[in-house]
Amino acid sequence: MSDAILEIKNLYVAVEDKEIIKGLDLTIRPGEIHAIMGRNGAGKSTLAHVLMGHPDFEITGGTIHYLGKSIDEYDVFERARAGMFLSFQYPPSIPGVQVGNFLKKSVNNVRDEPVKARQFRGELNAAMSKLDMDKSFLSRYVNDGFSGGEKKRLEMLQMMLLKPNLALLDETDSGLDIDALRLVAKGIRETESTTGFLVITHYQRLLDLVKPTFVHAMIDGKFVKTGGPELALKLEERGYDWLEA
Amino acid sequence: MSDEAMNAVGDYRYGFHDPENATIRFDKGLSEKVVRDISKLKDEPEWMTEMRVKAYHHFVSRPMPDWGNCNMLESIDFDNVTYFLRSSNRTENDWDEVPDDIKNTFNRLGIPEAEQKWLGGVTAQYESEAVYHSIREDLEEQGVIFLDMDSGLKEHPELVKKFFGTVIPYADNKFSALNTAVWSGGSFIYVPKGVHVEMPVQAYFRINAKNMGQFERTLIIVDEGSSLHYVEGCTAPTYSTDSLHSAVVELIAMKDAKIRYSTVQNWSANVYNLVTKRGVAHENAVVEWVDGNIGSKLTMKYPAVVLKGEGAHAEVISVAYAGEGQHQDAGAKVHHLAPNTTSNILSKSISKNGGRSSYRGLLKVNPMAHGCRSKVVCDALMLDEDSRSDTYPTMEVSNSTADLEHEASVSKISGNQLFYLMSRGFSEEEAMGLIVNGFFEPFTRELPMEYAVELNKLLELEMEGSIG
Ligand SMILES: Nc1ncnc2c1ncn2[C@@H]1O[C@H](COP(=O)(O)OP(=O)(O)OP(=O)(O)O)[C@@H](O)[C@H]1O
Ligand SMILES: [Mg+2]
Repeated sequence: MSDAILEIKNLYVAVEDKEIIKGLDLTIRPGEIHAIMGRNGAGKSTLAHVLMGHPDFEITGGTIHYLGKSIDEYDVFERARAGMFLSFQYPPSIPGVQVGNFLKKSVNNVRDEPVKARQFRGELNAAMSKLDMDKSFLSRYVNDGFSGGEKKRLEMLQMMLLKPNLALLDETDSGLDIDALRLVAKGIRETESTTGFLVITHYQRLLDLVKPTFVHAMIDGKFVKTGGPELALKLEERGYDWLEA
Repeated sequence: MSDEAMNAVGDYRYGFHDPENATIRFDKGLSEKVVRDISKLKDEPEWMTEMRVKAYHHFVSRPMPDWGNCNMLESIDFDNVTYFLRSSNRTENDWDEVPDDIKNTFNRLGIPEAEQKWLGGVTAQYESEAVYHSIREDLEEQGVIFLDMDSGLKEHPELVKKFFGTVIPYADNKFSALNTAVWSGGSFIYVPKGVHVEMPVQAYFRINAKNMGQFERTLIIVDEGSSLHYVEGCTAPTYSTDSLHSAVVELIAMKDAKIRYSTVQNWSANVYNLVTKRGVAHENAVVEWVDGNIGSKLTMKYPAVVLKGEGAHAEVISVAYAGEGQHQDAGAKVHHLAPNTTSNILSKSISKNGGRSSYRGLLKVNPMAHGCRSKVVCDALMLDEDSRSDTYPTMEVSNSTADLEHEASVSKISGNQLFYLMSRGFSEEEAMGLIVNGFFEPFTRELPMEYAVELNKLLELEMEGSIG
């Protein structure tokens, strides 16, 4: 077996009998940052969701291996406990559940040993000050009444605390102001050097700050072109039409 | 949450019970003789005996309510209930003197620790009478009376006679009549003028004997400009035959006074819980019911407030959880009798595994009551397709200046919420528990911490084994 964190081979995914992903290959190794760009509806979020195990999506062909094991063996929460993390494009609100409490429980879910209160507080304070988040967030309800940018910051805060092996960031940069974007980029750069990233984005501006190892252009459920950082620049400049046969 | 809070709560939820250690126990069934015997044994004044007897006859002649859950009500076998049982011959002031098995139960409930840490005073009702009673010295110094109801009647007969049954007369309904006939235990509290009781005052009740009816009677009077927060917790071990719990709670808030009465009840699945709770709020007074109902077979409970004085305010926050085979018929009643009175009602219910919860509310505005405002919000959360939730709001408004709002919602847990939480390492059951706790949070945050911890724990346990 390879040293890959994630290995996807010839993947087909359907939702409600409609095929969305149509023959996709992807290998992510430790420390690599893979950017995916593509038009609305190309299937980017679908890929992220199926990797995390969303029950609405059915794998109709191909294989996904995470840390050498077939991903079918993991339930959603087991994937999280095994070090996978998804930053949601549209994080849902959980009314009545306080952010502070939710974060502590989440951290305890994925760590082998329960975190000590004092240690958790330390990590939390450090991460929040990096993201320039006010303490008052902790007593708010998860994503409830949050602005778009606040939701994305909370996703980043979770990533920093959960320290994943594989981070799937679905348009975490969308809706962020310039300052917040810088903070997010910093968050990504400062994550463990062994973490693998799948960064879904529409904009070059994030990739200016976080240099991708690979850029994949996705059209209609497939990667039609893979390249280095220069591909992102080209896509931003020329759009996707030139890639279509 | 602190570990201390967790420890103090302990495994109170579980249906542990001690062997019945009843010194005096009446035969099953009810008659005028049983009622007179109870009164005689307690050495009560004549007026109380007569009130009990009148109430008994009213109970016998009064038909069952024709709403709520008639089938379940009709299945109560009143002849198969023990109406009086005394498990300890006197009320203990010193914890050391409480019999061991009883003490054991309360230790597991965490009452002595709880008392030291959080409570202004504790009275624990075991079977029919308080076996343990204490009150903080500073409360006593301020002239606050906190006794079990039987002792209250003995030590303060004039005060009791003046107020007993004035808020809820025995003829109010069939179960208030039953309670008045056979009541035993409960709390009696009087807070004199201008005294603010800072810490919550607390009592626990338990039903621990088979087919043991529990008919506690609570009367709380808070005098002008004073305030009190009273907390009551209930749990019952599980038995194979049905138990009946029928309490009456009367609150009186004088001018500018404030009373909050908080309850979390967790009855075992065979208990009929038929409780009448009502408070009167005089000028600018506030009466608040914070009422949580978990368990029981059938609960019928509608905490009520009579807004009698101008500017008085009522607050009723309640939650109900109905699991398999359970029906929670709960709600609130507010009577706006005076001008410029206001009320807020928030009711939240969860139904699961075919459980049924109903909101039954009554809002009345008198012709003379100008400028009243009321807001009612009912939210129901259904955890599966087999469960049921209904709303029966009644409004009788006879004054056109009233400003009334009513909102109702029924929701389900969304797949996206579950997926989000599971992607953070929560199992499906844990995710449900978190969402359910969040749904009840507007209620839970009103509770003293140890109750909040306990309620959350209970709901999490309820979610276990719920995923097919
Ligand atoms: N649960 C679902 N039910 C039905 N169709 C779905 C579902 N989820 C996604 N789709 C469809 O799958 C296609 C791909 O959606 P996806 O969300 O993966 O696109 P995307 O590439 O992330 O787009 P965007 O850039 O707008 O976020 C779309 O046509 C979408 O409508
Ligand atoms: Mg998307």
